[in-house]
Amino acid sequence: MSKGEVHVVHLYPREMSIYGDLGNTRALSTRLTRHGYTPVVHNHHPGAVFPEQAHLVLGGGGQDSGQARVEADLEAIGPRLTELAAGGTPMLMICGMYQLFGNAFVTVDGKRLPGLGLLDVTTQGNPKRMIGPVVMSTDFGDVVGYENHSGSTRLAGGQAAFGRVRSGFGNNGEDGTEGARTGNVFGTYLHGPIIPANPRFADALLAYAVPLATGAAFRPGELDDTFADEARTRQVARLVG
Amino acid sequence: MPAMSMPNWMEPLVPDRVRMPRPAALRGQSVAGDRRSTFAAGLRAVRTSAAIAAGKAARAAAKRRGGGSALPGLVAERMDPGILGHALGSLPGGNVVVTGTNGKTTTTRMLVALLRAHGRTVFTNPTGSNFTRGVISALLGEIGVRGRLSADTAVLELDEAHALKFAAAVTPTHALLLNVARDQLDRFAEIDHTAGLLADLAARTSTGVVLNRDDSFVARIEGTLADSVRIGRFGLDASIADRLGELQEQDTRADDDFVVSPPDADDVLLRPRDERRFDIVVGPDGSGGLVGPVELKQRGLAAMINATAATAMARQLLGATFDAGVAATALAGVTAPFGRGEVIDIDGTPLELVLVKNPAGFTVALSTYGTTPVATMIAINDNYADGRDVSWLYDVSFESLRSAGVALTSGVRAYDMALRLQYDDVPVAAVEPDLGAALDRFLAGHVGVPTRIFCTYTAMMTLRRILAARYDLPAFGEEGG
Repeated sequence: MSKGEVHVVHLYPREMSIYGDLGNTRALSTRLTRHGYTPVVHNHHPGAVFPEQAHLVLGGGGQDSGQARVEADLEAIGPRLTELAAGGTPMLMICGMYQLFGNAFVTVDGKRLPGLGLLDVTTQGNPKRMIGPVVMSTDFGDVVGYENHSGSTRLAGGQAAFGRVRSGFGNNGEDGTEGARTGNVFGTYLHGPIIPANPRFADALLAYAVPLATGAAFRPGELDDTFADEARTRQVARLVG
Repeated sequence: MPAMSMPNWMEPLVPDRVRMPRPAALRGQSVAGDRRSTFAAGLRAVRTSAAIAAGKAARAAAKRRGGGSALPGLVAERMDPGILGHALGSLPGGNVVVTGTNGKTTTTRMLVALLRAHGRTVFTNPTGSNFTRGVISALLGEIGVRGRLSADTAVLELDEAHALKFAAAVTPTHALLLNVARDQLDRFAEIDHTAGLLADLAARTSTGVVLNRDDSFVARIEGTLADSVRIGRFGLDASIADRLGELQEQDTRADDDFVVSPPDADDVLLRPRDERRFDIVVGPDGSGGLVGPVELKQRGLAAMINATAATAMARQLLGATFDAGVAATALAGVTAPFGRGEVIDIDGTPLELVLVKNPAGFTVALSTYGTTPVATMIAINDNYADGRDVSWLYDVSFESLRSAGVALTSGVRAYDMALRLQYDDVPVAAVEPDLGAALDRFLAGHVGVPTRIFCTYTAMMTLRRILAARYDLPAFGEEGG
């Protein structure tokens, strides 16, 4: 018998998921099933009504043309996302969506594009791309992934990072921070996709989502994460020795 | 170490500077003003000859070392940047650029075979060295020191960026634009950018452009072209239109969803009969003529589409002299390029090596290869030539492997591949990152059973080298990369 339904919303799968980030949603959905829950995945497209139930919200990276196409909708659903975040709904925003969850994106020629402001970060357009594999330490142990961004992100004074870079560029290649975390809202530049190879982080998100969905604490099943652990520890060994 | 052919998009390893003696003819010359233009023309010819001689010498040296590299092309290019235009700019049958993300090598090979079967003398860059200096290296073997090429048509495979670089040196008379897919984001960063490169190339083409009507990035180029340029189109017949989804990248540049327009009477369309045989028809009802049935040596839907693209361009180039029977025979005789559905005989049992490098290619390979029962191994490396980011594996569906399972995953990212399969509920019997050990285990465990290895570029190079040493295979450098 199912331990309960969990509603997962993927924001803009068409416009903002070009680097395999849909893999995060599929992997979390599969993990929910394997833990004994029933996932209900909603693909939210620009202009559509935001799903009534949302216990976990995900978003990915896109090209500039994709970002431009979701801005109006993101502004429209912004109040709902803010309310969900305040209620503890876990959110995982990768790359382009991470930038849009920040205060603003400042283009190379100085134009300021406002973001949702759920994370207290500001991103500056940059002629140089930061590309390569990443290892960082987080509250969920070592997390591995792959970054590919030209935006350079700075955290405001009180904003917590998601991780400390052990190998790679992270937010800006200078201050050693990667991503941002406020409550259960996470922003990060890591593709990979990030969820499959980092199951401890994956299950942490589920542990935040399940009580909102079912009213009871997350009761994980027995999952075999041998492949994920091997894949991750081998990347860590290759990159930081 | 055996010479290795370059992957399409990898910079050849060449020294920053190649020191060549300055030709005596260029030293200490001074001339009177009235003779300057004659002298300039003379100097031009001398420089070209000197560049060709130097390039030929470098080419001979490279051959002695057992390599077919782009270095000779670099030598000649440094000495005379005009060498390409000189040799290729005025061929009577024109010069054709074949470009796009997937299928360049196969399509070029097929187009060359089609033209040669119709009696054309064709120059091409067969080593898969699809940078401009690779073209020059190939040229050096075929031209006299005056820079004249005896061929009447050139067919050149160029990657998207180098196609434009080439067009800056020589105006292409024809361009065949295959597709735009995510590939090597490390290098091109965004597919919108790649689409822009192809549009620029088409704009610089003088006579005729053949477009993939099913690919929104390519099909949309048609609206930007001058009326004087002849447009040809190729694509899928309505009978297999349901396969479009797996072949298409999401185009987020425009408000409207891309809808493939109904085919014109002159569009060249692929109509498969079964897994191996197909017809190429002209116009929606096939009324404009028919090539086929054709059975290619190379397997898979991708190869059938490449054959359709090559036929569309051959038809445009040959006009009334195009002969459907000659075309069918020519296509059937084309051998698979290195690693594109190549079949190796392992003591009487076939082993297929299938190169995978991006989501569209892997998805098509799985769906066209997946129906015959075989044992499967998947080898994933993440070197520069493979694509360092393995995220793309999550944009491929592996469900077709679920019932048979995968015998082994291998390569540097063997565990990441096993993890990916695990999320699609595909059983993985074993993981062995070492390619040699994995190959031994795979073949030993499947004696007498047909086998297939999907592999990224550098994994394929390693596996091919091991197999070449054991079985009688053509050496590296004889085939395109």
